[in-house]
Amino acid sequence: MNFGVQGAKSMSMPSSSASWKSGDGVSDHFPVGLRVLLVDDDPTCLMILEKMLRNCLYEVTKCNRAEIALSLLRENKNGFDIVISDVHMPDMDGFKLLEHVGLEMDLPVIMMSADDSKSVVMNGVTHGACDYLIKPVRIEALRNIWQHVVRKRKHEWKDLEQSGSIEDGDRQQKPSEDADFSSSANEGSWRNSKRRKDEEDQAEERDDSSTLKKPRVVWSVELHQQFVVAVNQLGIDKAVPKKILELMNVPGLTRENVASHLQKYRLYLRRLSGVSQHPGGLNNSFVGPPETPFGSISSLNGLDLQALAATGQLPAQSLATLEAAALGRSTTKSGISMPFMDQRNLFSFENPKLRFRDDQQPQLGNNNKQMNLLHGIPTNMEPKQLANLHQSAQSSFRGMNMQPNSNHHGNQSSSLLVQMSQPPSRPQMFNDTNSNHFSMIPSSIAQPTLPSGMGSGVLARNGIVENARGAIYNSASQASTMVDFSINQNTDLPGNGFLLANNAGGQMATVASKGLLQEEVTSEMKGSRGLAPSYDIFSELHQHKSQDWGLPNVGLTFDASQHSNMRGGLDVPPSVLVQQNNVQNRITPFGKAIFSAAEESGRGNGPNIGQQLDTLLAGNSLRVKAESLPEASCQNTLFHEQYNQEDLMSALLKQQEGVGPVTNEFGFDGYALDNLPV
Amino acid sequence: MEVGQLQRQFVEHTASMFHEGFLDGQFSQLQQLQDESNPDFVVEVVSLFFQDSERLLNELTRALDQKCVDFKKVDAHVHQLKGSSSSIGAQRVKNSCFNFRNFCEEQNTEACFRCLQLVKQEYLLVKNKLETLFRLEQQILAAGGSIPMME
Repeated sequence: MNFGVQGAKSMSMPSSSASWKSGDGVSDHFPVGLRVLLVDDDPTCLMILEKMLRNCLYEVTKCNRAEIALSLLRENKNGFDIVISDVHMPDMDGFKLLEHVGLEMDLPVIMMSADDSKSVVMNGVTHGACDYLIKPVRIEALRNIWQHVVRKRKHEWKDLEQSGSIEDGDRQQKPSEDADFSSSANEGSWRNSKRRKDEEDQAEERDDSSTLKKPRVVWSVELHQQFVVAVNQLGIDKAVPKKILELMNVPGLTRENVASHLQKYRLYLRRLSGVSQHPGGLNNSFVGPPETPFGSISSLNGLDLQALAATGQLPAQSLATLEAAALGRSTTKSGISMPFMDQRNLFSFENPKLRFRDDQQPQLGNNNKQMNLLHGIPTNMEPKQLANLHQSAQSSFRGMNMQPNSNHHGNQSSSLLVQMSQPPSRPQMFNDTNSNHFSMIPSSIAQPTLPSGMGSGVLARNGIVENARGAIYNSASQASTMVDFSINQNTDLPGNGFLLANNAGGQMATVASKGLLQEEVTSEMKGSRGLAPSYDIFSELHQHKSQDWGLPNVGLTFDASQHSNMRGGLDVPPSVLVQQNNVQNRITPFGKAIFSAAEESGRGNGPNIGQQLDTLLAGNSLRVKAESLPEASCQNTLFHEQYNQEDLMSALLKQQEGVGPVTNEFGFDGYALDNLPV
Repeated sequence: MEVGQLQRQFVEHTASMFHEGFLDGQFSQLQQLQDESNPDFVVEVVSLFFQDSERLLNELTRALDQKCVDFKKVDAHVHQLKGSSSSIGAQRVKNSCFNFRNFCEEQNTEACFRCLQLVKQEYLLVKNKLETLFRLEQQILAAGGSIPMME
């Protein structure tokens, strides 16, 4: 928020509409020109909001019908950055619109209503809204909506990063050796992205930021129909991107596109089935036995929902309870403010739990708990706690690892991610996790690299969950693809993976999740203003200073568009990779903006900014480490802001090619853990 | 009337509207949104509100007049009226909608009808006052004065 304000106020340059480019390297320009689509059937509100948004220097398109909004979105893919919609509309329920947008365009959606009843707000959260505003909306609330865009991108980026980087240096450990399919692919992509970053100037926004065009696949209604038909033919549990792709037989569509879309679709289905379980019950069941076989990862779907639900609802107390429960398993019950160790244990338990996607209630409960935990964590946890969690996650991860991979983490993890909401301490976690993580990862990697992928996904989720508000969900749902990606990537962010694992119900990978978490954390950090500053990370960031910048961008450039096409080589969730590209281009400016802003404000400044930066940096730095995998060059490239979309794509492509063989062996789609050879 | 006098009247009138709860902080927000690029913003928005509210009130009257009242529809209308009135800061109108919705849930036609009357009343009151306010504004501007900013 501080950023937002700063950015808005300091906008000096007349950014072109729909373009983030600053050109002058003034990150302040962001978020000027943010393209908002406003949907509300109330003409008075519509007019007022439009004026407010214009005053924030956003570019506004308004419409009073959901149908019109959808067609606008479909016609202009990439024409908007964020959607704000009223809940009660005559022609279509706002939540339905939200789902459509999430499935088809994967944009952050903010819901609003004069209705502030808890059930409605919860509905928003479960449907994936990234935020929920109560009318009358004040201009202050609108000023900061750019954070949701950035967060989303960041997560996408993270996924990309993760997939590409597998594990650099520290993180590396497992990726290559393990069935971590993401390793090579990730590295490749990661490297590409990094390279791109290198080229970009951190302080400057991308030149082509204005375009922000990602090679996203647009999931038209027909295409989606074909997709659904294919999925139903295969059976939702057996539907793997590869087979779906074959059945669909659409030229130009890649497995990655399908994978990311599948992730979202799974989330959507889960949501439809209703989050029946109440998070409350999770606490008890949470402490599931870690020995649960990974393979039997229960469908996290249920959990996801719960988690989602939990996110919003998980109060500190419940979180504490969950944590306690989790910890209880490992150690002792403790309140939310569990000691570092406890947290760690908590996560460790969670990981195994998460992985499982048991359909059984108990497991779900566990998962849910985990998820709730995650949810709760961000909101309740101090950054440190999160870090701890991550760490513990990591450690536990080792044990657990990847087992969740066997399950379909794709979807679940995604959903879980959301829940993870921002642990400000993420950065910290990463630091810790990184070192630990990597070691852990390799061992755990035996399983498909999902964990890493998951991690990312999870992270993304987590990051999104920041406020357990719709925001998270939004990202979560959207991040679902990201999560998938993360799975592929053996991302180094152990912490991330861990969180993810928890969320994702163990889908992959705690490792993956850790990685993601990291990402998310960083992204989250941005959002998580109150969280304890990740000073640890910050210092670390300093170390990677040069690289740090790259990371933010990378993270930022997370492109929620999972449809990005990452070449087949990269098994890493294609969307992640692609998104990366896209995201990079887009985010870079943002990232830069943010960073610049952060820089300007001074790291130590305003807790928020500093934290955010730290987080971001931390994330980046962490990333760098992780990415110091075989391709050392990646690191360097990571932080260069100015990377062009084209460059990124080519870089990614290159990576893909190189990674091809690696990823293939895993056969890991990122979405279908099933395929992963365990 | 000379400018100073008009301006004083304007200030008093605005202050009283706030004191009596006809307007709340949201209206101030609207006033702050008004700028050179949009000098008539407040008037435009409020006019829009009037139009929309009258439409809603008519719909409500009609809906409650039915033999078989569709409370869902009534509730939807009231909800919208509540949203728009809160957006422009018409506090008393907004407040009168609260009970209305409760009665809708209880499907109490009689009570709903009474609520509708109340809402209409509040609406007319605030409409009247706002129109007076705008008139004063115009007069001030016509007389060459500037609109005093309310703190």
